[in-house]
Amino acid sequence: MDEIIKKSERRERGPIREVFHRLSKRITALIGLVIVLLFFISALFAPFLAPHDPYEHSLADKLANPSWDYPLGRDELGRCILSRIIYGARVSLLIGIIVISIGVLVGVPIGVISAYFGGKVDFIVQRFVDTMLAFPGILLALLLIAMLGVGLHNVMIAVGISTIPIYARLARSSVLAIKARQFVEAAKSIGASHLRIILRHLIPNSLSPIIVQSTLHMATAILWAAGLGFLGLGVNPPTAEWGAMLNGGRLYIRVASHVATFPGLMIFITVLGFNLLGDGLRDALDPRLKT
Amino acid sequence: MGYLLQVRNLKTYFYTEAGMVKAVDEISYDLKEGETLGLVGESGCGKSVSALSILRLIPFPPGRIVGGEVFFEGKDLLKMREDEIRDIRGNRIAMIFQEPMTSLNPVLTIGLQIGEASELHRLLNKKETREEVLRLLKMVGIPDAERRIDDYPHQFSGGMRQRVMIAMALSCNPKLLIADEPTTAVDVTIQAQLLEIIKELTSSLGTAVILITHNLGVVARYVNRMAVMYAGRMVELGPAIEVYGHPQHPYTIGLLASVPRLDQPRKERLVPIEGQPPNLIRLSPGCSFFPRCSHRLEQCSLEKPALRPVGQDHWASCWADV
Repeated sequence: MDEIIKKSERRERGPIREVFHRLSKRITALIGLVIVLLFFISALFAPFLAPHDPYEHSLADKLANPSWDYPLGRDELGRCILSRIIYGARVSLLIGIIVISIGVLVGVPIGVISAYFGGKVDFIVQRFVDTMLAFPGILLALLLIAMLGVGLHNVMIAVGISTIPIYARLARSSVLAIKARQFVEAAKSIGASHLRIILRHLIPNSLSPIIVQSTLHMATAILWAAGLGFLGLGVNPPTAEWGAMLNGGRLYIRVASHVATFPGLMIFITVLGFNLLGDGLRDALDPRLKT
Repeated sequence: MGYLLQVRNLKTYFYTEAGMVKAVDEISYDLKEGETLGLVGESGCGKSVSALSILRLIPFPPGRIVGGEVFFEGKDLLKMREDEIRDIRGNRIAMIFQEPMTSLNPVLTIGLQIGEASELHRLLNKKETREEVLRLLKMVGIPDAERRIDDYPHQFSGGMRQRVMIAMALSCNPKLLIADEPTTAVDVTIQAQLLEIIKELTSSLGTAVILITHNLGVVARYVNRMAVMYAGRMVELGPAIEVYGHPQHPYTIGLLASVPRLDQPRKERLVPIEGQPPNLIRLSPGCSFFPRCSHRLEQCSLEKPALRPVGQDHWASCWADV
């Protein structure tokens, strides 16, 4: 009898496995997860997966239709579109990761400090955040690029900075809810310092909305980077980047629609994948579902 | 024997939008080493706030300790620097909270949480801390400690979590344990077990206890002395047997009469205290219990009574001779 009880207790999972278990129950979240994994794989293993050199051009074959050798055809300079898309995932992944790192690493501490100390600190920080939120994100990014100059680094910095206030707000609101809970008071009662309470008790408990937001933001960041690339503000040619490829193919949309279609489709699928995963994570991490 | 804790004229007020609330108003008491004091009163009478004030855990705003002294081992806790009081918390004075469901951090294993105080105050390394946590888990009677140490709080029942809280509180052998209604949120059958554990462990460690409760049965059985609070003030203080057997304040009398007792014939009716506790924002200049009191005198509405001796080590704050 005791054995049975022990076994059934044992079946409870750790928090990370629990989230995966819940995630796997939702078909849309699983689709999202698969797309995201494929995206990561193609970005990480691009040199092994790409059938051709993405920069090797051949003007004789420009705008060639899809064939066995070139499954997605060739672009305006005769380069392999499939290979360029696979390499393009690297740029998008890099942009996504850097943008979110800037947003999270700067925004979350600002929000946590603002919520934890409250009072004047909170007031000053939040008015600053309000000001930043008042700018439309893409406009803020354009402004920063105008100041910093065109280029991949500057795009990442610009988009990253424009996401800081969103993370600051998010972290603040979840910490405000958590700091009123009794375990924070209990931590104070055993003599924990401010820093310890913040690092050990507040941040780990406020992570789930931030994880969800980061996943969704990955999609936004990719979209923005592609948008800025399309406007010619992103990477320098000939770097393979989805937005720039879309822009390059735009001129030939009537004669060779595949040149612009496939990069566009990739942006669409990747963004969709991150959004599905983000939604699934939001449900899986919902604290109300915890026992 | 010297006093471990001396609270003198402690005043903690809350500044709310509706006005100033005198949650704790001029409270004084002493606690000897190893002694158990029961702090009794109805909800909102300032029991918890007076205990939290000792450790300066009152959130500001809106709360603030506005006056008084709290001497612990001869030093005034209220005048200490922040890092000095932090060194006392969890180390010399520990606390157990009411709600075992919310007093533990849901994302950390209980092993990490119990070990936190040992890491902070006794500067143990990881391995030593883990051994210490195992010892503590066994001490509070959690079966299968080696396996349970890596479990998360949601995998424990309420009673087990409260045992975890006790282990956490006693991890640095504190001189004083403040238990804020430790058994209110758990089943009656578990309550007695928890109180036995607290009593047994604190007496073997020589730890003094302030037991906050509104359960008079608990007080009678587990404490040496008891203090009765009403509307932020202390109305009666004395040895538990004395206060229980010969209450000297009308409020204490009313409180005891309103609790069912198995040792009395069934026919006797319970006598509730008439009226409601006062609004702490608009207190009268006189005794706060005056509107509900059956022994009231003219003087009662004009001037607050102070604690005066009514017996051997027994004080009550009442103008009337009850």
